[in-house]
Amino acid sequence: MNETRNIGDTLLKVDNISLSFGGVKAITGVSLEIREREICAIIGPNGAGKTSMLNVINGFYHPQEGTITFGGEVRKQMRPHLAAAGGIARTFQNVALFTGMSTLDNIMTGRNLKMKKNFLWQALNIGPARKEELEHREFVEHIIDFLEIEAIRKTPVGRLPYGLQKRVELGRALAAEPKLLLLDEPMAGMNVEEKEDMCRFILDTNDEFGTTIGLIEHDMGVVMDLSDHVVVLDHGEKIADGVPDVVRADQNVIDAYLGVAHD
Amino acid sequence: MLYRESGQYKTSYTDDQAIFPLKQDRWLMAIALVIAFVVIPLTSSEYMLEAVIIPFLIFALAAIGLNLLAGYCGQISLGTGGFMAVGGYTAYKLTTSLPDMNMIIVFLLSGVAAAFVGIMFGIPSLRIKGFYLAVATLAAQFFLQWLFNKVEWFYNYNPSGTITAPPREMFGFVVTGPHATAEARYMITLVVVAVLALVAKNLTRGHIGRSWMAIRDMDIAAEIIGIRPLHAKLSAFAISSFYCGVAGSLFVFTWLGSVETEAFNINLSFQVLFMVIIGGLGSILGSFIGAAFITAVPILLTNAPQFFGFNLPIDLQKHFEVMIFGVLIIFFVIVEPHGLARLWQITKEKLRLWPFPY
Amino acid sequence: MFRQNGSFAKTMEVLNAIFVLPFVDMFTEPVFFAEVVVGGLLTGVMYSLVALGFVLIFKASGVFNFAQGAMVLFAALTLVGLMEKGVPVWLALIIAAGVMVIVAVVIEKLVLRPLVNQPDIILFMATIGITFFLEGFGETVWGSDIHRLDVGIPDATFEIGGMLLNEFDIWAAAIGAAMVAFLALFFRYTVIGRALRAVADDHQAALSVGIPLKTIWIVVWSVAGFVGLVAGIMWGTKSGVQFSLSLIALKALPVLILGGFTSIPGAIVGGLIIGVGEKVAEIYWGPLIGGAIENWFAYMLALAFLLFRPQGLFGEKIIERV
Ligand SMILES: Nc1ncnc2c1ncn2[C@@H]1O[C@H](COP(=O)(O)OP(=O)(O)O)[C@@H](O)[C@H]1O
Ligand SMILES: [Mg+2]
Repeated sequence: MNETRNIGDTLLKVDNISLSFGGVKAITGVSLEIREREICAIIGPNGAGKTSMLNVINGFYHPQEGTITFGGEVRKQMRPHLAAAGGIARTFQNVALFTGMSTLDNIMTGRNLKMKKNFLWQALNIGPARKEELEHREFVEHIIDFLEIEAIRKTPVGRLPYGLQKRVELGRALAAEPKLLLLDEPMAGMNVEEKEDMCRFILDTNDEFGTTIGLIEHDMGVVMDLSDHVVVLDHGEKIADGVPDVVRADQNVIDAYLGVAHD
Repeated sequence: MLYRESGQYKTSYTDDQAIFPLKQDRWLMAIALVIAFVVIPLTSSEYMLEAVIIPFLIFALAAIGLNLLAGYCGQISLGTGGFMAVGGYTAYKLTTSLPDMNMIIVFLLSGVAAAFVGIMFGIPSLRIKGFYLAVATLAAQFFLQWLFNKVEWFYNYNPSGTITAPPREMFGFVVTGPHATAEARYMITLVVVAVLALVAKNLTRGHIGRSWMAIRDMDIAAEIIGIRPLHAKLSAFAISSFYCGVAGSLFVFTWLGSVETEAFNINLSFQVLFMVIIGGLGSILGSFIGAAFITAVPILLTNAPQFFGFNLPIDLQKHFEVMIFGVLIIFFVIVEPHGLARLWQITKEKLRLWPFPY
Repeated sequence: MFRQNGSFAKTMEVLNAIFVLPFVDMFTEPVFFAEVVVGGLLTGVMYSLVALGFVLIFKASGVFNFAQGAMVLFAALTLVGLMEKGVPVWLALIIAAGVMVIVAVVIEKLVLRPLVNQPDIILFMATIGITFFLEGFGETVWGSDIHRLDVGIPDATFEIGGMLLNEFDIWAAAIGAAMVAFLALFFRYTVIGRALRAVADDHQAALSVGIPLKTIWIVVWSVAGFVGLVAGIMWGTKSGVQFSLSLIALKALPVLILGGFTSIPGAIVGGLIIGVGEKVAEIYWGPLIGGAIENWFAYMLALAFLLFRPQGLFGEKIIERV
């Protein structure tokens, strides 16, 4: 697969990260790299530390040890707004939409970072502020078309079914035109059809916009189909890292998953 | 029925982004403006303006202020009275030390002063949430009330401790002070409130408003997509307090004329909070409806017993009022927790579909 | 670049008055200082009592009960009203407690039940409605004069180690302590108490204990009513039963942010800290800035504290998840 794909240099490098909460060790000495334009899957049993890893990457959790290199800068820890401004966007394991707002407004918030007109212009809603709003609205409409959610544009997201909420959340992340898109179990709880749609959106995003994607997913079929490279975590440690076929055959990985089955 | 959108195709995002995308809404708004600017000043009695309409407008403005903070940004505040006091006292100091200053500027600067104070007291919101924050805002309420009472400079060492609006003119009319007519005071209040309401509406529809709502609905996610809680929360505190400050200056200058610190006590904060909740959190229209309701109910309650021929002793009547007011609040909160503005919206949606409900 | 001019001297004087003199006073007159502290502690116990009512209800039903102050007033008004009608103290106490149970039942039926699953702010708003109703109702029935309340707690002053103390204050502290001990035992050892704790964590779990949520709520609101009654007796004996009682209850709010909304020890310790802090500040620093700082000092103290420890005194630092 790699031959046909145009994968570039390292975009994100996480080096020897350790994170604990009080006494609980969530991540122990994990390093990993995600390269430009690839789709990297992070898998592992529940509680392995996958979500925590995403949280470290976009600065929501602050690791006790290790460094994060993104866009050429080395940091001990990220800050959420720096991560966002630097081009890291994400979705959440448990949908974290703004439930009181419409689909359109939710996706518009994804463009907030790019909207600069100060509040005096906005207050009067004339000239530059209005023009800016319209430009971004147009961009957002493209995303709405892309994700095929035209019909729910004005619906408050709290009223949408789960599958659609996940799609809107993807839309909000895409609206930021991210360099690195982190997806935390984007297909959890979906039926087969919804999963297929979501896979398609993820692949198209990667294809059309060249977005680098970090993906947490449990469905092995999906992982094998989508990803260029797979990182396996277990109990906060990295136990495998490589192309899907190799990882799938790895004895440690098989054990980790069997272990889960017995839990 | 005339209220429907059929045939009104929006051909561009510009149309879709208009404040009132529906023609009927635009008409309703136009009618409301005509009533406000023409019919009311021509027909209302002095009592009506003084006792009902001017306070209604001023409270609506304060309610918009609190609604921006609580309804849009999700930060509950019980310090509204304190922020209004900042506006009132700033206006007083400005007019008495700079007699030539244009009143509109005075009102706006009062808002600016309140905005700064609002930011100060908004800082805790960066660390605490929900009811903890609500209680913390009481610090603003009690501290500011104490400050304006203790520091005599604020009321120009007036032995009675009151501040009184000096007479000031605009366009040849006396608009403040004892000789200003109710009509003049009404008009200036109306202009300020109408313009600021429009501004509030615009703000809530732009990216600032969206960042407030994002913080309200899911602050963690908001932060992760790049909305800085610091900016969003403090701007909400600032702008909200600006509105409360302007409302406070109008409160003194175009309504009461003369007040003591006590006028800005905690009950005022609660009154405005009621308006916001009864009218509808997160709705500018709701702020008006809530203000109308809370201004009207006590007047009705006061006059009702006489109307029905009872003659209650005055203090008993006061207690009755308080009691019924409590019951009404509970009633409305139960019947429509999303506020009266939501009722209006549901009615509109029904009308839109009438007579075919599907 | 210091110029030894008047303004410098003035600055030093101010700094001296703020940072040095008060402490000098404390050390040179330790007995007086002790008196102030003890006075503060005793007031603190009373704040704690009111705060306790809040905590109980918040713990069990997640409702921020703004009406706690009004419940204090209402309970005290009922008690004093009955006594003024010639009802003996013990009977009046029983009836007042009974009335508080009725209040709890009515609130559960008419307010809480229709509002199940509504956002917190809506329930908060409803309790403000309850506040108005109780205040209006209490005063409609019993009038708005200041009522003297005397349930027979001794009220003589005496002296220990040069300190003047009031017997009543000691009683108040003892009753407050007893109340807390009783509640702690109640929570730990009774079935309903355990259900209460379960409900605080998780409503579903509480159902599995086998006690309907409805009963739990009524019990909690009743207990909060009793606590309110005790607080009402204390405050009422001290300063008369009057409308301002429900305002004093506002003082319990900073206690809550200090101690945490769900912590009973927090309510106690928070109350004591606020009580002492406020008294000491008023006596030693109040005169510098014109006095009457008791109105806001407690809030500022709580606020300053929260800036350093947002989780409150006893809360654990929670790292939020997504
Ligand atoms: N905010 C937090 N506070 C305490 N413990 C946490 C927190 N976030 C994660 N953990 C712990 O870290 C470990 C890894 O969790 P998580 O990253 O969510 O796993 P995964 O996403 O792989 O299922 C778990 O033991 C979890 O309990
Ligand atoms: Mg996870």
